[in-house]
Amino acid sequence: MRWGEIIRRLVLIPPTLVGVAVIVFVLLRVVPGDPIAMMIPPGASPADIDRLRAFYGLDQSIPQQFITWSGQALSGHFGRSISLHQQVFELVLARLPATLELALLATLIAVVLGLIAALIGTQVRGRRAEWLVDGGVGILLSIPDFLWALILLLLFGVLVPLLPISGRIDPEIDVSFHSNFYLIESLLTARFDVASALLHHMILPALALALPFAALLARVLKTSLAEAEDQDYAQVARARGFSRPKILLREVFPNALIPTVALGGVQVTLLLGGTVLVERIFSYEGIGNMAIDAVINRDFPLIQGLILTFAVLFIAINLAVDLLVTLLDPRLRHG
Amino acid sequence: MAELALDHPVQRPSRWIAGWRRGGPKLWIGATLVGVLVLVALLAPLIAPHNPIEQDLMSAQLPPAWTDGGEPAYLFGTDSLGRCVLSRLIYSARTAVAVALIAASLAAAIGIAFGLLAGSFGGWIDQLTSRLIDVWMAFPPVLLSIVLAAVIGAGLTSVITAIVVVDWTRFARVVRAETLVQLQRDYAAAARVIGLSRGKILRLEILPNLVPLVVTLLSVEMGIAILVEVILSFVGISVTGDTPTWGGMIAEGRQIVYQAPWIMALPIGCIISSVIGFNLLGDGLRTVLDPVQRR
Repeated sequence: MRWGEIIRRLVLIPPTLVGVAVIVFVLLRVVPGDPIAMMIPPGASPADIDRLRAFYGLDQSIPQQFITWSGQALSGHFGRSISLHQQVFELVLARLPATLELALLATLIAVVLGLIAALIGTQVRGRRAEWLVDGGVGILLSIPDFLWALILLLLFGVLVPLLPISGRIDPEIDVSFHSNFYLIESLLTARFDVASALLHHMILPALALALPFAALLARVLKTSLAEAEDQDYAQVARARGFSRPKILLREVFPNALIPTVALGGVQVTLLLGGTVLVERIFSYEGIGNMAIDAVINRDFPLIQGLILTFAVLFIAINLAVDLLVTLLDPRLRHG
Repeated sequence: MAELALDHPVQRPSRWIAGWRRGGPKLWIGATLVGVLVLVALLAPLIAPHNPIEQDLMSAQLPPAWTDGGEPAYLFGTDSLGRCVLSRLIYSARTAVAVALIAASLAAAIGIAFGLLAGSFGGWIDQLTSRLIDVWMAFPPVLLSIVLAAVIGAGLTSVITAIVVVDWTRFARVVRAETLVQLQRDYAAAARVIGLSRGKILRLEILPNLVPLVVTLLSVEMGIAILVEVILSFVGISVTGDTPTWGGMIAEGRQIVYQAPWIMALPIGCIISSVIGFNLLGDGLRTVLDPVQRR
């Protein structure tokens, strides 16, 4: 990826977002169900219904509604949630940190586990144990995150009840936070008892998100390590008498890292998309769980806002990965 | 001479047997798991011990037959409404198989069509398809299918539509890239030289070379379709209330997971074996069908 290519990608972001917004907008408005019908008490007068419909702008034509909405969206107003009666922007902002913390923790776990598995797999290359590592990675990979969530919930929440299986923090812990990044804030302010309570709630959902991702990282990194180990520079280092761990760490690893970041980085978006269900399963209060409620309640403004939030995150992650790969790869840097 | 050749044909195992061998354990484990799933779905009315929606509140939440308090009539116990868990598992396989076959095939057909068009015509068609795929990639797939299914309304058709609309890009992306690669090959150039039309080149030359790839993708997509159906029925927006589904069973089991963990554990087991089955089958078939490895 050269710099020109990155600029081209930057230019393509606005049209992609507009495309996402248009599709969601049209999709939601061809629905047969009427969100207003769900809000009104029985016996409301037709005039009341009309007033409510006008209040949410649902009495206008679809193109007109889209123009109004996008005009407001550009100035940061994404409308009012129909089911929660609050500004969508504020609702998303309040819940987003919970999801980001979860995704971050999951990525961290995945990177550590994936790294360990890849290094073990490389150490035992050509031996019987390699088959074991490959098989384990294959199984981890073919079971998706939400099934891991259910399995972990059964194993460590029910059969061996080690960890809590719902919520973000114990309800009896009553602490005030300045931000919605509870975990990061409690770590920074050295409230480790609170941080540990938060981690207890996060560890199962984070592990569920991390396992398939770790397996993918392990597989890609192991293959790249094997390839890099056969390259000339590694042979030269071996001929010069460097030890194997030193060659692996100094020569092979930096080169094997590039394809891993490129392929693995894209998977971070999948991990983020996986939070929708994993949060639901563990009743974790992030934007994914909120999105499912929004769909069930036919809360149009909230669904739109949430999908757009995910889209922005996805595009940002993809771009960040491309940038990172460009920075890591000297050939592309001067390309 | 001709007779001689016919009398003593070259000794070689049939293509099927050779392929089966080359596929290795992945192929036969995968084929067995998928085969069992399909058989169970087809024979559900014959092998299910009870009517899956028949309630018996007198024997609700019975544990599996081999544990204390279990009854031999209910091998895997009953749920909170006293419905036979085993029969519900068996009937759920019908929904899963129907969704897997129909949704994956439709997604493949649409994706292949778009991929071939974009890959072979280039120009604005390629640009348009690629931008469309970009937009699709920006959606969280799970959320998009949930929104779609909710918008269209409950039912098998809506589940299938949701899967097709979300997943056609999986095929389109790969087929587009592969078509571009194949068109660069010598044989495609040769076909152009002898004056075959673009349509003929695509149909006679390119498409057969895409088969291994597409079959693998298709098998994996069937596993994905089963998962999406599970997700939708778990959230409660799949087929209507009466039809048993694995996802619905998991959602019900989640409510009483401390009292009756087996109600949640059993459908999870079924899903995992089905998905691993389709993945292994896809892997195995790729080895069998890949023309490079075949030689």
